[in-house]
Amino acid sequence: MLNIKNLHAGVDQKNILKGINLEVNPGEIHAIMGPNGAGKSTFASIIAGKEDFEVTQGSILLEGEDLSDLSPEERAHKGVFLSFQYPVEIPGVTVTNFIKTAINQTRKAQGLEDMPAGEMLQKIKTVSEMLDIDRKFLSRSLNEGFSGGEKKRNEIFQMAMLDPKLAILDETDSGLDIDALRIVASGVNKLRNEKNAVIVITHYQRLLDHIVPDFVHVLMDGKIVKSGTKELAYELEEKGYDWIKEALK
Amino acid sequence: MELKEKFISSFLAVDDYLNEDSVLHDIRSAAIKNFEASGFPTKKSEAWKYTSLKSLLHNDLSIFPRQEATVEFKDVRKYFLHDLDTYKIVFVDGQYSAFLSSTTHEGMDVCLMSSALTKDKYKAVIENYFNKVAPQDGLNALNTAFAKEGAYIYIPKNKEVEKPIEILNFYTGAESSLMLQPRNLVVVEENAQVQIIERHQSLSGHAVVTNALTEVFVSQRAQVDYYKIQNDRPEASLIDSTYVKQDRDSVCSVHTFSLGGQLIRNNLNFYQHGANAMSIMKGITLIEGKQHVDHNTLVHHIAPNCESHQDYKGVYDDNATGVFNGKIYVEKEAQKLNAFQQNNNILISDKATINSKPQLEIFADDVKCSHGCTIGQLDEDALFYMRARGINEKEARGLLMYAFANNVLESVKIPELKKRINRLIALKMGVQIGFDL
Repeated sequence: MLNIKNLHAGVDQKNILKGINLEVNPGEIHAIMGPNGAGKSTFASIIAGKEDFEVTQGSILLEGEDLSDLSPEERAHKGVFLSFQYPVEIPGVTVTNFIKTAINQTRKAQGLEDMPAGEMLQKIKTVSEMLDIDRKFLSRSLNEGFSGGEKKRNEIFQMAMLDPKLAILDETDSGLDIDALRIVASGVNKLRNEKNAVIVITHYQRLLDHIVPDFVHVLMDGKIVKSGTKELAYELEEKGYDWIKEALK
Repeated sequence: MELKEKFISSFLAVDDYLNEDSVLHDIRSAAIKNFEASGFPTKKSEAWKYTSLKSLLHNDLSIFPRQEATVEFKDVRKYFLHDLDTYKIVFVDGQYSAFLSSTTHEGMDVCLMSSALTKDKYKAVIENYFNKVAPQDGLNALNTAFAKEGAYIYIPKNKEVEKPIEILNFYTGAESSLMLQPRNLVVVEENAQVQIIERHQSLSGHAVVTNALTEVFVSQRAQVDYYKIQNDRPEASLIDSTYVKQDRDSVCSVHTFSLGGQLIRNNLNFYQHGANAMSIMKGITLIEGKQHVDHNTLVHHIAPNCESHQDYKGVYDDNATGVFNGKIYVEKEAQKLNAFQQNNNILISDKATINSKPQLEIFADDVKCSHGCTIGQLDEDALFYMRARGINEKEARGLLMYAFANNVLESVKIPELKKRINRLIALKMGVQIGFDL
């Protein structure tokens, strides 16, 4: 599904990603872990199409199609979803109105009619129940005054509504207490099927107890320096990252 | 002959028609003298530093239309809040249009300035209030000298007016170079309430300059909500001066929606004469091309325990220029005051300009005054966030600008009006947002 080859990218002459290779197949969950400043969030933003970064080498293919020249919205229309580490507050636009706009713009790009209002309401109802979201929450301004946990839950709500092929969860666990973490994780698990894939970016192994990865990659200094299965996450939790650094020397 | 001299000599012509005995005669004579002394404001004056009237005030301007113009209801229907029952006071090229208006004298007066100025029945109110709060120099003096028509609104004690009042000024372009001088007087007695919507609308591509002057008196415990829709053609210019005098425990809000026009200058002045008065000033400015909008506000706090809130948002595209000049003046007696002023601006183009200047003069020692001003571009992170959710860049920008201006709309108390302004803004942004915010 996602095929990243020798990806180099940076900003203002500064290289942040220095040759990333990653292959994600449908139905898989990949975890990307790494110390602060390793380039994890940059990597996520680049897949989603953030224009601040310049891709200098390599390619990102989604189902065989090169994403390099596509705008963020075009990538979203093709099924890429990024759950933000720091979701942006947009006062004056309610959660419901925002997601309606996002869904209908995506449908328009795919040559579909607007989602009928009844269907939209039903979907909102189902998803908010699944994520234990109070209906009142949906008529609040997007992320405005939300707690860290509410913001993250709202990201997963949007993910469920948009039903992407590839979901990238950037530090979705930060700011979540254990109960919220369980709800969010179970939401992600319920959305999983053999056709979609998830990339989980995290510092801690904690989230991976709930969203169990097929593969764990360690991103350091702009490169994937080690890959393994979920056991690698436990090892990192226990020993930190220094031993990998040592091993690389 | 310069425009100023031309106007002064045409005053002598009107003067003949005025009854020598009337109070008005003295007021007008004094006004023309004041105008003669002060003339039109220039950029030399601090309050007009960023707004020049020079290009507007050309010598062809005349104050009186030579012929009467009429308009068909169907041509102007869209400028009314037609999905709502309202009182209407309508003027066409400065003349009252009985046909388009819907006035009343039942338990209050919603009618014409010309009859209020001439009929005995209104004499007491006119003597007490007319020309009593607006300082008499320059443009105000010019208006006072020439104003013949406008809205006269008198709401007696304890009256809650159930329908909003619309004041509409249409300009047909039948006469090409008019400088209109509409004059409104709003007197709201103790514990009464009223909502007013004012609009100036040019119906053709002819240049017009409107020099409007409105005086508002809000008695104790009364409430006035005043909405100004400024969405005119790019050839039309408006100088809109509003003076509000408030007694104790009164509330007055003025919302100004500046969405179109060649040059708009708003002089909005509040004088709080009684304790516990609350003044609210809100504005949305959304302009493009070479349009220019200048908000010049003053809150004069004279009594204790009062509040004032100012919140102005501006979005400027192309070569548009904006000015916000907000002055808060706190007298020694105005203790326990809470004054708040906020002016946030977004410049969409590199060539757009905003001059924002808060001024606070505080002579009391136990007050809370705050002001803030921001000038920036659209938040790129927010833009990326929305685009990453599949919202196209154009819509995302539109939605963000909407969101930016939205909290000013929240305090609009007439739902139909709020909807209308929402639609105007969406139209202006050129976005189809599939919902009403």
